[in-house]
Amino acid sequence: MERIYVDHAATAPMHPKVIETMTKVMAEQFGNPSSIHAFGREARHLVDEARAQLAKSIGASPNEIIITSGGTEADNYALTGVAEANKEKGKHIITTVIEHHAVLHTCQQLEKRGFEVTYLPVDEQGKVSISDVQKALRDDTILVSIMYGNNEVGSLQPIQEIGEMLREHPAVFHTDAVQAYGLMNIDVKELNVDLLSVSAHKINGPKGIGFLYVKKDVKLAPILFGGEQERKRRAGTESVVSIAGFQEAVKVAQEEREEKVKQYREFKEILVNDLKEAQIDFSINGSLENSLPHVLNLSFPGTDVEAMLVNLDLAGIAASSGSACTAGSIDPSHVLVAMFGEKSEKLRNSIRFSFGLYNTTKQIHRVAESVAAIVKRITNR
Amino acid sequence: MIYFDNSATTKPYKEVVDSFVKVSTDFFGNPSSLHRIGGEADKLLIKARKQIADLLHIKANEIIFTSGGTESNNLAVKGAALMYKNRGKHIITTEIEHASVRETFEQLEELGFDVTYLPVDEEGRINVADMEKAISQHTILVSVMHVNNEVGTIQPIEEIGRLLKNYPKILFHVDHVQGVGKVPLDLNLVDLCSFSAHKFHGLKGTGFLYIREGIQISPLLTGGGQERKYRSGTENVAGFVALAKALRMTLENEKKSLQNIVKTKETVIKGIQEIEEITIHTPAQGSAPHIINFSIKGFKAEVFLHALEEKGIYVSTTSACSSKKHATSSTLLSMGVPEDIAKSALRISLSYENTMEEALFVVKTIKETVNKLKEVMN
Ligand SMILES: Cc1ncc(COP(=O)(O)O)c(C=O)c1O
Ligand SMILES: Cc1ncc(COP(=O)(O)O)c(C=O)c1O
Repeated sequence: MERIYVDHAATAPMHPKVIETMTKVMAEQFGNPSSIHAFGREARHLVDEARAQLAKSIGASPNEIIITSGGTEADNYALTGVAEANKEKGKHIITTVIEHHAVLHTCQQLEKRGFEVTYLPVDEQGKVSISDVQKALRDDTILVSIMYGNNEVGSLQPIQEIGEMLREHPAVFHTDAVQAYGLMNIDVKELNVDLLSVSAHKINGPKGIGFLYVKKDVKLAPILFGGEQERKRRAGTESVVSIAGFQEAVKVAQEEREEKVKQYREFKEILVNDLKEAQIDFSINGSLENSLPHVLNLSFPGTDVEAMLVNLDLAGIAASSGSACTAGSIDPSHVLVAMFGEKSEKLRNSIRFSFGLYNTTKQIHRVAESVAAIVKRITNR
Repeated sequence: MIYFDNSATTKPYKEVVDSFVKVSTDFFGNPSSLHRIGGEADKLLIKARKQIADLLHIKANEIIFTSGGTESNNLAVKGAALMYKNRGKHIITTEIEHASVRETFEQLEELGFDVTYLPVDEEGRINVADMEKAISQHTILVSVMHVNNEVGTIQPIEEIGRLLKNYPKILFHVDHVQGVGKVPLDLNLVDLCSFSAHKFHGLKGTGFLYIREGIQISPLLTGGGQERKYRSGTENVAGFVALAKALRMTLENEKKSLQNIVKTKETVIKGIQEIEEITIHTPAQGSAPHIINFSIKGFKAEVFLHALEEKGIYVSTTSACSSKKHATSSTLLSMGVPEDIAKSALRISLSYENTMEEALFVVKTIKETVNKLKEVMN
């Protein structure tokens, strides 16, 4: 049985070119970039080249990129870094209820330390309203953190408009672009964001590496202290092999971006159309248009998420309930709660499909077919 | 080409590279995913954790994977201090810790903790009696490195561990990053212990923190709740499988490679001792088998380093992390080495791969280089 992986928002397979690059670097370059001899200089060169490419991919300059151990660290760093560095100016932070836990749990930590956090609601499409952001802004607001695209339902947030609005306000603007990066065309200057988080394993790169864009002159209090790496903003011997792999992943992602966006949008249509044709009762959580190309979250009335996932898994299809990171358990999704309320049946019957490398049209038809069969079985039709 | 800078970083074993590639190719799932592909990744992670636990005679749930030695040290020190700050605000460390411990203590000082930095003797070793004197009823944490990365001095960890058994409220953290595979450490005596894979032929950007069962610390990174909530972030599965492999190979070969390393070190020391300008800072007794720190009077360390590099020999000035700022080794200064001598310090650090021939060639080249540079200067 062919296995079909439609859970690319949880993590994505490494691209063969990425593995190839990393294998080569592992065999040939093992120097410590901080060493001043040739081994060190060569390793340093690899890191510099990668940094330049990462920077260019979002219209930033290399000095504005801090390489981290992944999206979680980038988010943690953005939030605590800004909060700690600006606590004399104010203690108010604005975010949304649908952020990834790397942001939400960090906000909760900050609340324990005396910061005040406003969690903005979203509409039924999973979108935050600009006027809510405007209303929440205060003189003592030091940070606004709003994700670019949601990992569970794919909803895109009006980042550019919020960025525009914040030109008039001194608050630092952070966006978690972990799911959007690689598929959306991101230019930090156009968006007017100050901080932006990225994780390599969502774009077919290695796990355990990511970056935080930090606009020039934005001050952050570091989380990791020690050596002088990353211009004293992130200590720790550089993960040279993963950084080189990350660079390769970015290169491939940029070359194939437009093609992929088109393909994934098609996949969404195929899945939706096939299910309609099979006369399956379902609804889309979020919007089909204003969403990340690769994420489609569907609710199937009368089903149960656990039964659905188990059956799909038996049919060789790997999908998910939402976020992989609610480690091991299917707790009701905080995103769906925000969109539909705590009582909604959708909390118990929604499945996230997310597309990526190696998925084909044929596979998506098969996914639709299996989903249709399973839904019919579960709902006794 | 002779790589004598293994304290800065080591070359990954071929088998480590192979297992990284295999896991990356065949098992890319997210361990938190509930489906089979996630389950397979999770199994690998469980297996790696179990392997490490067995090798170190600890429990699997006492291992928290991190992004390396720096993160492990930051997490241990800050996590313990913040967790137990209500019990007391006094914490103890030494003057010769790695920057990732020292600077974390400095940050805690800014947060209102009271820090004692214990001095070292001329061999770079703290005195346990000093520690005993420093301990007060407010002390909640002691952090002492096992093997110093600059001069190789071994700290009296066992003695400290035994002393601290009398103070159940004090947590004991050990930075074991340089000791792995070189100087055995009994984890029974410590509460928290840091490891970094790239120092034992694993990959950079991977490491772990041992946290004794029953002890809690506050996390540095929050989010998805991975690593039993101590360390959120999608796990670098391939990197951690490779780490377990590197640790197994290192510890299995420890005896054999140590015999070799010890002999190599002796050869180098015997050879360079004869050179009039050279002072050896690494103590003859109680130092790690792989590190030799010495000064060549009258020569700038960097000049000498590059002169050796021209002959294909790679050594370092001080620790890799601080070599960029051209700072004088703080460890040497703490040992009472005069500044001008400390400025001319070089570090040789060995691995299982280095040979006797290399050692002899290095000695010969150092002698020739001293003579040549002397001529140029005169
Ligand atoms: C939106 C979002 N932010 C942050 C993260 C965390 O990134 P990482 O898995 O690299 O820690 C994820 C993925 O898990 C995500 O989807
Ligand atoms: C004693 C010691 N502790 C900690 C570290 C930091 O480890 P990492 O390079 O993995 O950040 C190093 C090496 O740089 C070290 O030598």
